[in-house]
Amino acid sequence: MKNEFQVISELIEKDKKVLDVGCGDGILMQFLKNNKNTNIRGLEISKSKVQECIAKGLTVIEGNAEKDLKQFPDKSFEYVVLSQTLQAFLNPELVINELLRVGKKAIVTIPNFGYWRVRLHLLIKGTMPITKTLPDEWYNTPNIHMCSIKDFFYFAKSRNIKIFKSLAINNQNVSIINDSNLTIKNFFADLGIFLIEK
Amino acid sequence: MNAKNNIKTLIVKKPLKLDCGKTINEFPIAYETYGSLNKIKDNAILVFHALTGDQFVTGQNPITKKDGWWSYAVGPDKAIDTKKYFVICANVMGGCMGSFGPGHEDPSTGTAFGTNFPVITINDMVNAQYNLLDHFGIDKLFSIAGGSMGGMQVLQFISNFPDKAKTVIPIACTSSHSAQNIAFNELGRQAIAADSNWKGGDYSSADTIPNKGLAVARMAAHITYLSKKGLQEKFGRKLQEREDLKFGFDADFQIESYLRYQGSVFVDRFDANSYLYITRAMDYFDLAKQYKGNLSDAFKATRAKFFIISFTSDWLYPTQENKDIVIALNSIGADVGFVEIESDKGHDSFLLDVPDFLSALKNFLDKSYTEN
Repeated sequence: MKNEFQVISELIEKDKKVLDVGCGDGILMQFLKNNKNTNIRGLEISKSKVQECIAKGLTVIEGNAEKDLKQFPDKSFEYVVLSQTLQAFLNPELVINELLRVGKKAIVTIPNFGYWRVRLHLLIKGTMPITKTLPDEWYNTPNIHMCSIKDFFYFAKSRNIKIFKSLAINNQNVSIINDSNLTIKNFFADLGIFLIEK
Repeated sequence: MNAKNNIKTLIVKKPLKLDCGKTINEFPIAYETYGSLNKIKDNAILVFHALTGDQFVTGQNPITKKDGWWSYAVGPDKAIDTKKYFVICANVMGGCMGSFGPGHEDPSTGTAFGTNFPVITINDMVNAQYNLLDHFGIDKLFSIAGGSMGGMQVLQFISNFPDKAKTVIPIACTSSHSAQNIAFNELGRQAIAADSNWKGGDYSSADTIPNKGLAVARMAAHITYLSKKGLQEKFGRKLQEREDLKFGFDADFQIESYLRYQGSVFVDRFDANSYLYITRAMDYFDLAKQYKGNLSDAFKATRAKFFIISFTSDWLYPTQENKDIVIALNSIGADVGFVEIESDKGHDSFLLDVPDFLSALKNFLDKSYTEN
């Protein structure tokens, strides 16, 4: 399991009710179910991924976060997880609001556009950055609303969203982000993980 | 018909109060089973059939000598694996394969009930079939499953008996018959009534069969089970055993010939009055209405695990209507999974060889069973 999922699962206590938005093939769901006794549900847009989840015995609803989160009642999950898909939505702000309505807390991870390799790629090559976490070309990437760790920090502040914990991942290293090291973490981390609440 | 004498039948002694207000006593429920019930009786699946189905789910139907209606899904090693599970299916009330229906003799007249048979509902159907659980001594079914009208029965069953099934699989169905659904059913009923052989429903006394009306009803309905794309790909404008148009009203096109064939084989196996009664039951189905307009309340009492399946090209019970059930379940925090299967075979997809559907069904059942 990738490091990101390890970090996410450490943020979630045992026996909680969790919704994984954009759950993919259900790796994180399966881990939480088996190791944290999580009452876990998934929402996934891809039919083939939904099939993979069913084959793992996971409860998944085929659907789209922008349209289908509204069917869940307020605060019906203790945690709602959104892993590396915020930047792919037409309206990320609406999705964040929905996550915070449906979940008591939300865990959001973003590929960091402030990462030095991303900056260097654009600076030196002058073409849209391609990295391990951002592998697609500009014309076929699903990512239409890229942001940096700093952007997300400022966004949360401006919307009065409480950040409980923010973590930076660079390869295998996980570190805490705070106001004083934000600029440095925004440079060296390729992924940001935020535990938020409204 | 000799084979009809061998149909397994449970005579229900307990009186059943129908939605129409009448109470029936000592009525027959015809059923069939596949596989075997294990010692702890935790492997039973009650399958519900659709409008023109019957209890003969798989293998050769002893009456029609054709494959059972769900042969793709049910059988040894299939999605609903009869090596593992004990499958029970009953002929619905109002049907014509042995269960209490309009073809039965009315003791007060000595002839078939015909249209004197009480109007029955989906609710009456599942209440009648519930008696099979007592008959087999099953406290809790592992699963209930069905497509189309079978799916409606699944929804009604779990709302009536919330703790009697562990898993619930409504397929390609709706919680409420739409105006379009009612319209197509009415077309079928009017086709039957317009046949002079129908005789107000009393055709058995006159020893006739309204086969023309019933065939037209089947033809119209059959179109609704297929998708436009599926029809176009299979038939297009292909001509039926001729080089050119004949400038007449014989079946020039293959699609015409196909529909005529579907109509003609249907009348050999189905009863016109049963068609009227069962389509009426479907039209009356509105689960939310039974709960003062709140569909979620139908499922509030159950802890069962739901898995809802729809098909992209099904325009009779489209994905949105299946999703409405998912939404009602999510709004009360029920355990519900949902998948829309890609298929161009229309509403009939659930009866056909659609691998994504069959594997989803199998995986859901097998994983849920081992988690028990």
